Amino acid sequence: MKGLGAIYLQQFRTTLASQLQYRAMLFIWLIGQVLEPLVYLVVWSAVSRSTGGSVGDFSSGEFAAYFIVMMLINHSTFTWIMWEQEYRIRQGTFSFALLKPVHPIHSDIADNISYKLITFPAMLLVALALSLAFRPQIHFAPWAFIAFFPALGLAFLMRFLLEWTISLTAFWTTRVSAINQIYYVLLLFFSGQVAPLSLLPGPIRTLASALPFRWMVSFPIELLLGRLTPSQALVGLGAQVAWLAACFILLKMMWRAGVRVYSAVGA
Amino acid sequence: MASTASPVIHLRDLRKTYLVSERESGARAALKSLLHRRTQEVPAVAGISFDVAPGEVVGFLGPNGAGKTTTLKMLSGLLHPSEGDVAVLGHTPWKREKSFLRKITLVMGQRNQLVWDIPAADSFELNRAIYRIPNDVYRQSLDDLTDLLDLGPLLRKPVRNLSLGERMKCEIAAALLHRPQVVFLDEPTIGLDVSMQRRIRSFITDYNRRYGATVLLTSHYMADVEALCKRVLVIHHGKLLFDGELARLVQRFTRHKTIVVQLQDCSSDLRAYGDVIECEDGRVTLRVPRAETARVTERLLADLPLIDLSVEDPPIEEIIEQVFAQEVL
Repeated sequence: MKGLGAIYLQQFRTTLASQLQYRAMLFIWLIGQVLEPLVYLVVWSAVSRSTGGSVGDFSSGEFAAYFIVMMLINHSTFTWIMWEQEYRIRQGTFSFALLKPVHPIHSDIADNISYKLITFPAMLLVALALSLAFRPQIHFAPWAFIAFFPALGLAFLMRFLLEWTISLTAFWTTRVSAINQIYYVLLLFFSGQVAPLSLLPGPIRTLASALPFRWMVSFPIELLLGRLTPSQALVGLGAQVAWLAACFILLKMMWRAGVRVYSAVGA
Repeated sequence: MASTASPVIHLRDLRKTYLVSERESGARAALKSLLHRRTQEVPAVAGISFDVAPGEVVGFLGPNGAGKTTTLKMLSGLLHPSEGDVAVLGHTPWKREKSFLRKITLVMGQRNQLVWDIPAADSFELNRAIYRIPNDVYRQSLDDLTDLLDLGPLLRKPVRNLSLGERMKCEIAAALLHRPQVVFLDEPTIGLDVSMQRRIRSFITDYNRRYGATVLLTSHYMADVEALCKRVLVIHHGKLLFDGELARLVQRFTRHKTIVVQLQDCSSDLRAYGDVIECEDGRVTLRVPRAETARVTERLLADLPLIDLSVEDPPIEEIIEQVFAQEVL
């Protein structure tokens, strides 16, 4: 464990140094991260005003809270590994990762967390500015606030393992972008990024709870906004743990099979 | 080559066959291949065997596509062999056990592992963490490498600002910080200018001497092999054509020697002495059968008013070319 700690710490330094080389790029990325939830926020605020102040169980202040928190949580949990891995495998730089005496996922997790730590203060400032403009409404519950942090951690790990696993399809196919596209459409819809899941028809809500996406983004938001009962929160945390275990097993299987293919064909 | 110490690298009848899908050009063929994919087996390494003793520096020669890189990849654990036995330091490479990976390194001249945007020194630190190199060993390694490769001024510059040669030096240093006992070098001098090539070569010799590391290298540049390797392996079409000392390779494959004589002008007819390859400003290049060399030289000295005479082996490139052309031993 001590060895892994040193790798994470060093990767943090490396990522920090690399990212600071491209401050303008960093800024443009952040704008992208902010714009998408902002568009949904504006649309849903307009819709709720035109229907007398609320849609379903969401008032316009609650919409504002939902999308501002969503922006922060999506930022905390997103990865870019699905593009990165394809590049590495095509370019053959993946070979170097394979020859290191440590699993490559560790540098990727450390790299991701480092990037988030660097950019999070800026996101927080944006969230503050949006709060002043849109006046969010939050039903604060101390127990939910405490439960939110493990939920966020699990959401991060779940999403990371799932997307890392999917990124391994680059071992088999050169058409990774098509797979990524399908994944992102599913994620956008079923994780509650386009609209809060509680506004969707019953069967779709059920489907969303059966799929992993809700637990990667929507669940921590619902929890923080005080929209869940303690028992619902417990079920959610349980679902996250179960999905995390499933992702872990899937990753191990895909990794073993993928490396076998890679080492059969070479790159 | 026979050696008393147990070998560091051991290969027996090692084979690697790639399955390559093939189809003819054209839309019809594309449609057909959707339903029925035809594959062809391409043998990249077709049964090679050799041992390398601890501390040896061995050169791997062969034209493009001969199977050199495939062999290095099987030895370092990147590729799974199709058949045969392979062991490096007693490990099975493709299992890529951590204890194995800590003892080897692979440098690929055409690929980079250093992080592009930051100074090499920062990438070195990352490798220190990954390989769990103790502080004192790391310091010593870094000092040695900085000294041997003259890295001092380069370490603090972002890698993207380095020249190709400077970058290669840093790549090599990054790959050797953990003091691997076995070093695989795939075209380490490719694209570098002559003085940088020389620099890398003398470094490899120094590193081998200082740490007793076993080195297996491939190169297109004969000068690399001549300078570094007493022993060479010649591989072509996935088969080992020659395994032995470089000098023996020259003896074995050269049936001729070149005699160069300097005369006043090109007016004398020297065809009686051997094949006249060229004559320029009285400098005549003759090719004579190896066994005849002494006799012809004697006659030339007796018969003609020579200003100068020298006997040479043909350039090693030419010999290798001959080996590949004949493909026989």
